[in-house]
Amino acid sequence: MLKDITLGQYYPVESPVHRLDPRVKILLTIAFIVGVFLVKSLLGFLPVIVFIVLAAYASHLPLKLLAKGLKPLRFILIFTFLLNLFFSPGDTVLVHVWRIQITLEGLLTALRFSARLIFLVTGASLLTLTTPPVVLTDGLERLLSPFAKIGFPAHELAMMMTIALRFIPTLLEEADKIMKAQMARGADFESGNIIQRAKAMVPLLVPLFISAFRRAGDLAMAMEARCYHGGEGRTRLRILKLTRADAVATLITAAMIALVAVIG
Amino acid sequence: MEDLILRADNVSYAYEDSEGMAVRGVTLGFRTGEMTAVLGHNGSGKSTLAKLLNGLYIPTEGHVTVCGMDTQEDEHTWDIRRSAGMVFQNPDNQLVASIVRDDVAFGLENIGVPSAQMPARIETALRQVEMLPFIDRAPHTLSGGQKQRIAIAGILAMQPKALILDESTAMLDPRGRREVFDTVSRLNREQGITVVWITHFMEEAARCDRVVVMDDGQVVMDDTPKAVFSQAERLRAMRLDVPPMVALGDLLRARGLPIAHEAMDVSAMAQEVLKCR
Repeated sequence: MLKDITLGQYYPVESPVHRLDPRVKILLTIAFIVGVFLVKSLLGFLPVIVFIVLAAYASHLPLKLLAKGLKPLRFILIFTFLLNLFFSPGDTVLVHVWRIQITLEGLLTALRFSARLIFLVTGASLLTLTTPPVVLTDGLERLLSPFAKIGFPAHELAMMMTIALRFIPTLLEEADKIMKAQMARGADFESGNIIQRAKAMVPLLVPLFISAFRRAGDLAMAMEARCYHGGEGRTRLRILKLTRADAVATLITAAMIALVAVIG
Repeated sequence: MEDLILRADNVSYAYEDSEGMAVRGVTLGFRTGEMTAVLGHNGSGKSTLAKLLNGLYIPTEGHVTVCGMDTQEDEHTWDIRRSAGMVFQNPDNQLVASIVRDDVAFGLENIGVPSAQMPARIETALRQVEMLPFIDRAPHTLSGGQKQRIAIAGILAMQPKALILDESTAMLDPRGRREVFDTVSRLNREQGITVVWITHFMEEAARCDRVVVMDDGQVVMDDTPKAVFSQAERLRAMRLDVPPMVALGDLLRARGLPIAHEAMDVSAMAQEVLKCR
């Protein structure tokens, strides 16, 4: 059951957005997030919506897939909306029941905050849907590599991400196996209150941790045998080159942010 | 002496946290192009020997030389490891990247191969282990035997002279075991790569050119498979067995049937038995 969890949410199709340089995509995603925070009125979301729809179209992503990414967020979204709806200060009262009142200002704030959350998540999903995790790691490493000079562990961070990506499915599979083995011996992971269930996880986590450490030892030995000696003098399989498409994508994103800044 | 690609001269090794020696005074040479099986029960020192042969462990006493380079000298470490590639036991714990292509590239990236040359070397290596169609797959979706072949490809891409396999089939099912053994044996035949095959499966040892038996950190036998397996009693004394077909051959010969000593696998044995009619 744990095995079914897919890693990342990469959507493998050919598209101009998929082919963009991962460094550019990461930076543009950050720029997009800043852009979303610049929005002050509901009208300001218009360029953002147009941008998202355009980007989804150019990535050959079904909009449904983007919407699906919001599903785990639905409770936070509802919570944010209600909180802002009831507790924002305002004068134009729309509804007044007993002590609770909904104001126009509250309604607008609630809509704005929810929209902001929705677009932040869809923007970030656009990045992960169109970039395979390995490429993303590569891009991140190279974006951060200038900071290596001042001691920032860019290569080490990327290597950790690579190894984590590689071992998450392996460890999930193993957790599943241990869980079944414990269940076969009468362990109960499903009933009881939260504390009892958390306690039931101990016999699962202890062997999992021990095995993870053993794996780490093995892997370190194997990496050394394959001449791994840190990031120094290392070449990379992927050559990242900026193309005209990257320039176009940057211009479009810049235009969107400029529009947002103007509309406010 | 010239064609000895891997050499151990009076090598001893002790682990830091134990008083006994894991390997004691081993002198052994591996000739270029030879496929040698190293046998021994658990704790016989065969795995330690493997790690000594590519500089993962440095001998406490004596010297190991790989292609003429001494593992005691630090400056040779990376040249030694790319000359004598090593494949380990657990197929899950030696792949680094989440895509086969990137994993095979790992060694190449480490030794600083220019990016432009990598794709060709990766494809050649994967073709050699017959895994090219899997280039874009994630390792966790592959079988144990396939993962081991990817691990072998990762080593082959570095174009090593010798391949050391430390019980690389021990955790595989019979099919995966055959897959991996056949791949390595073909690489040895066709590419002339020297192979050190550490195992406790007698059937595999029987198919190598030479068998080295280790016991208690020492080399106790070193001969052709035929000569080694003809000493069934001595092997049993070291808690080792002879391959099933060798045992069958012994039994049949004891009954007076003219079975040749060379018949060490099922098909050869079948031929011999049919000749007896």
